[in-house]
Amino acid sequence: MTHALLISTRKGLFVAEPAGAGYKLERGHFVGDNLSLAMVDPRDGAWYAALDHGHFGVKLHRSDDKGATWTEIAVPTYPKQPEGEVQKNFFGLELKWTTQLIWSLAPALDAPGALWCGTIPGGLFRSDDRGASWKLVESLWFHPDRKKWGGGGRDHAGIHSICVDPRDPRTIAIAISTGGVWRTRDAGDTWTNTAGGMRAEYVPPELVRDGNSQDVHCLVQCAAKPGTFWAQHHNGIFVSTDDMQSWSELEVATTGAPSHFGFPVAVDPADGDTAWFVPAIKDEKRIAPDGKVVVTRTRDGGKTLETLSKGLPSSFAYDLVYRHALALAPDGALAFGSTTGNVYTSTDRGDSWSVLTNNLPPVHAVTFAP
Amino acid sequence: MATVVFTQNLKRHVECPAETVIGATVRAVLDAVFAANPRLRGYVLDDQGTLRHHMMVFVDGEPITDRRDLSDPVRDASEVYVMQALSGGC
Repeated sequence: MTHALLISTRKGLFVAEPAGAGYKLERGHFVGDNLSLAMVDPRDGAWYAALDHGHFGVKLHRSDDKGATWTEIAVPTYPKQPEGEVQKNFFGLELKWTTQLIWSLAPALDAPGALWCGTIPGGLFRSDDRGASWKLVESLWFHPDRKKWGGGGRDHAGIHSICVDPRDPRTIAIAISTGGVWRTRDAGDTWTNTAGGMRAEYVPPELVRDGNSQDVHCLVQCAAKPGTFWAQHHNGIFVSTDDMQSWSELEVATTGAPSHFGFPVAVDPADGDTAWFVPAIKDEKRIAPDGKVVVTRTRDGGKTLETLSKGLPSSFAYDLVYRHALALAPDGALAFGSTTGNVYTSTDRGDSWSVLTNNLPPVHAVTFAP
Repeated sequence: MATVVFTQNLKRHVECPAETVIGATVRAVLDAVFAANPRLRGYVLDDQGTLRHHMMVFVDGEPITDRRDLSDPVRDASEVYVMQALSGGC
């Protein structure tokens, strides 16, 4: 194991380093503060930490020395909201043009030092200077469909997944809760909804197939087979093997999984047929099924899902794993963290798991340094 | 000259000593402070320049009423306190 693991929690960013056959927690940064996520840029090794200070708003920090020192950098901010521009969510709460949460951060591979950042309430931003400044992607913010997006578990919509296409860095796919999947092929100038084929069971019949109504919880793309995408969706798991021209839903009756509800998904970068999920009881409960924490894995493109439980708690366990809290390292190691503050790692593709810690604050996100 | 004082809880994130500045409204005195300390602005005001949702400003002991435009008057020798609103959470 060769890659550091960055664990973003409700009360700090914690770093585990490879140790022996596994990992060992070594240090904490921003201890006491709320981290929504961290990102390591594979190009220059910079660490980015997204903080949510509540009263004081969201902030971004960057470290160029693996966390030894941090510098506060600019946070994406929305332009002036026009007078009279009033948009309300489906229960009447006004949408204010202000960054409420940094919900995704990814390298923009078409230019050195460039970054993409997805936020709640639904704006995508780009930086061309390693976060020193940010610009709202207006083509998406002013797209007429954007006002059809809604909040999932939050008051307003948010962009939580950004997939930079390995074939062309100007092509990116993003996923929104709730607003489906969207793709640009021109670095953000124009956008197309690519959620066709998904199904939403929580809306009236006429909206079941509506692209903007799809509550995608997490979207990933296979590096070696970039036409293959996996989406953990609010009411199921969907896979596309034709570059999002269509989506197929995994058959809950035949996969063998305890549940198709969940938040995260990870795909094997070398094999688009292999993906991992962490199932939960859906909607009103949002806990591990039957009090057992398990991971599910498909190795056949979604026909079947193996339930992986070796080393994971098998009774009275109610961990929920958020959408950014399952990660796959370049060397194949896996890690996930839960709302209960548990972090588990696997070095055999999920066949068995080791406890990294049982004592962290609620885990929001995990990521491996490249 | 009005005195502007910031909650001590902000100190952990950004320098914010009490400042004595000239201004006839809350907006004017805060702008005067932020001109010399631009990083502080984003901790108190949101993207639209309005007071952050869970922040409070008091002028001579009274909470301000105009959280959007910050037009509440400030007198010479007023004391302006920028505080956290008490609200739930952990």
